[in-house]
Amino acid sequence: MAKFLAKRLVALVGILFVVSIGTFLLIHLLPGDPTVTILGPSDNAHNRAVLMQQLGLDKPIFEQYGIWIANVLQGNLGQSFVTHQTVMSTLRHSVPIDLELVVISQVIALGAAIPLAIASAKRPNGLLDKITTTTSFAMLALPPFIIIVVMVMFFAIDIHVFPGPGSYVPLMEDPVSNLHTMILPSLVLAAGSVVVYFRLLRGDLISTLQEEFIVMARSKGLSDRYIMWRHALRPSSLSLLAAAGLNIGGLVAGAFVVEYLLQLPGLGYALVNSIQQVDYLSVQGITLFVAVVVVCLNFVIDFLFTIVDPRIARD
Amino acid sequence: MTDVLEHTFHGEDPLEELVAPKAHRKPKLNWVFWVFLSWIGIVIVTSVFAGLLGLDDPTNQNFEAINQGPTASHILGTDDLGRDILSRIIYGARVSLVVGFGAMIFAMAIGGTLGMVAAYRRGPVDNLVSAASYVMLAFPALVAVIAIVSFWGHEIWKITLIIGIASTPLVYRVVRASTLSYATRDFVTAAKAQGAKDSRILVRELLPNILPAVISFFLIGVASVIILEGALAFLGLSVDAPTPSWGNMINESRTYLSDNPWLALFPSLAMFLFLISLNIVGDTLRSFLDVQEGKL
Repeated sequence: MAKFLAKRLVALVGILFVVSIGTFLLIHLLPGDPTVTILGPSDNAHNRAVLMQQLGLDKPIFEQYGIWIANVLQGNLGQSFVTHQTVMSTLRHSVPIDLELVVISQVIALGAAIPLAIASAKRPNGLLDKITTTTSFAMLALPPFIIIVVMVMFFAIDIHVFPGPGSYVPLMEDPVSNLHTMILPSLVLAAGSVVVYFRLLRGDLISTLQEEFIVMARSKGLSDRYIMWRHALRPSSLSLLAAAGLNIGGLVAGAFVVEYLLQLPGLGYALVNSIQQVDYLSVQGITLFVAVVVVCLNFVIDFLFTIVDPRIARD
Repeated sequence: MTDVLEHTFHGEDPLEELVAPKAHRKPKLNWVFWVFLSWIGIVIVTSVFAGLLGLDDPTNQNFEAINQGPTASHILGTDDLGRDILSRIIYGARVSLVVGFGAMIFAMAIGGTLGMVAAYRRGPVDNLVSAASYVMLAFPALVAVIAIVSFWGHEIWKITLIIGIASTPLVYRVVRASTLSYATRDFVTAAKAQGAKDSRILVRELLPNILPAVISFFLIGVASVIILEGALAFLGLSVDAPTPSWGNMINESRTYLSDNPWLALFPSLAMFLFLISLNIVGDTLRSFLDVQEGKL
């Protein structure tokens, strides 16, 4: 187990290293003189020299990376030339919003997917199963940016149940109206996740229910409900974990899209905003942060796998 | 694959099972499949030959007919600049089609070739490329694509190339896995024993066997690339205005959600129908050609 974990940690560090190189090289994708592109052609020579020094652009590329990564490791992701805020402070303001979105949406998604999957798996090919599988298949063809547009039209404009774009209130200021504004974006994120969780869990439950230990449990006279929750659902926790891992990319994409449309000042909103303001250092910093978080989350999920099923570590 | 081995060990002819299809499983392509396949065909043909259909110019502004719902002269209505929505949807399909098919063809060419060679040869090449594919898969595709596009520029060929590269590791894994299940089969050993060159074994023996799995994966891959490009366009990071694309039409409709819902609904519907057609055709083909999911 310890050896397995050590191996995984080495791989994690390797991946993070590659991620950092990729993000570092972004600046070098800029056409022409990066100081002109970043600051604009009209900025003065002093600012240009400051930027030159900050990025170390006059030094050889290996040294540039060294300077950059040393700063990053000390938590210094640079300072925006547009807003004059440090990238770190942008992150500090936006990350809580994403956290709140993810938590609420995943609670909704699991709360809907688990009962639906159980009900469908009880009678495969029954009426309910047919409806849920067809609906979830159709929803695979509904990208988050379509769901959010339709939901805003219906919930915010037609029936005025939830507030529309631009009505974000910080959680600490007014928790009630904050939750009220967060429900609509969370529902959109949840919609995408429900499909992933439901489809995996249903398939898993159907195959588990055909196992011999289920037949055994039935023949002991245990109730269906008990068998479902205690015997069938437990081995499926692995699939749910796998689904959660698969879903991370979708969550990031979904969060970006809903934040953009509803003007929630989360990471996605900050990223798109920085792009529109040609604020390259912020784009670079936010990209690095999101990539590192996703890579680490995948690592944690991998690690949880080995706790739930120790056989994986032995292979 | 293990089934076949088991049969061999029990003295049965594995070919019998491969040649004679099982009696209880006679897959048929139903009408749903043909309807959605035709829809894909219609979308491709109309957008390729859009110039011959006598449509309005998709960038032609008409300030006397702004934000109209469906009318006789504009079947799907007009947008905030008085441009014909039907025409913009048909021309806009080109962006989704070019990026979707272009990126997947790129990913298939690179990732598919690498996957076949890695699975056939194994050894250090396989280890190296597989490790690289894991590293690339660890990076969230949308974030990587957004970052590169915003630094490098968003011409359509750049977007196609970037999404193509981002899709390569997934294609590699799928092709590698399905090649692996054939690479140690008897017919490959037989071909080797007869002195066939590696290139011949890859192209003539292995490729035809993995093709069914690859084709259905290709279609579903095109759908997910179109979603990715749509998300980029929705965030305003794909092809520049006034070139229409489904994603940027949905993006432009944001401001008019309460005044003119048609503006958002029609391109969304176009995208949904095309995506679900790709998914249904891909999925039906997969079960029709009986690809074993467990092997992927």
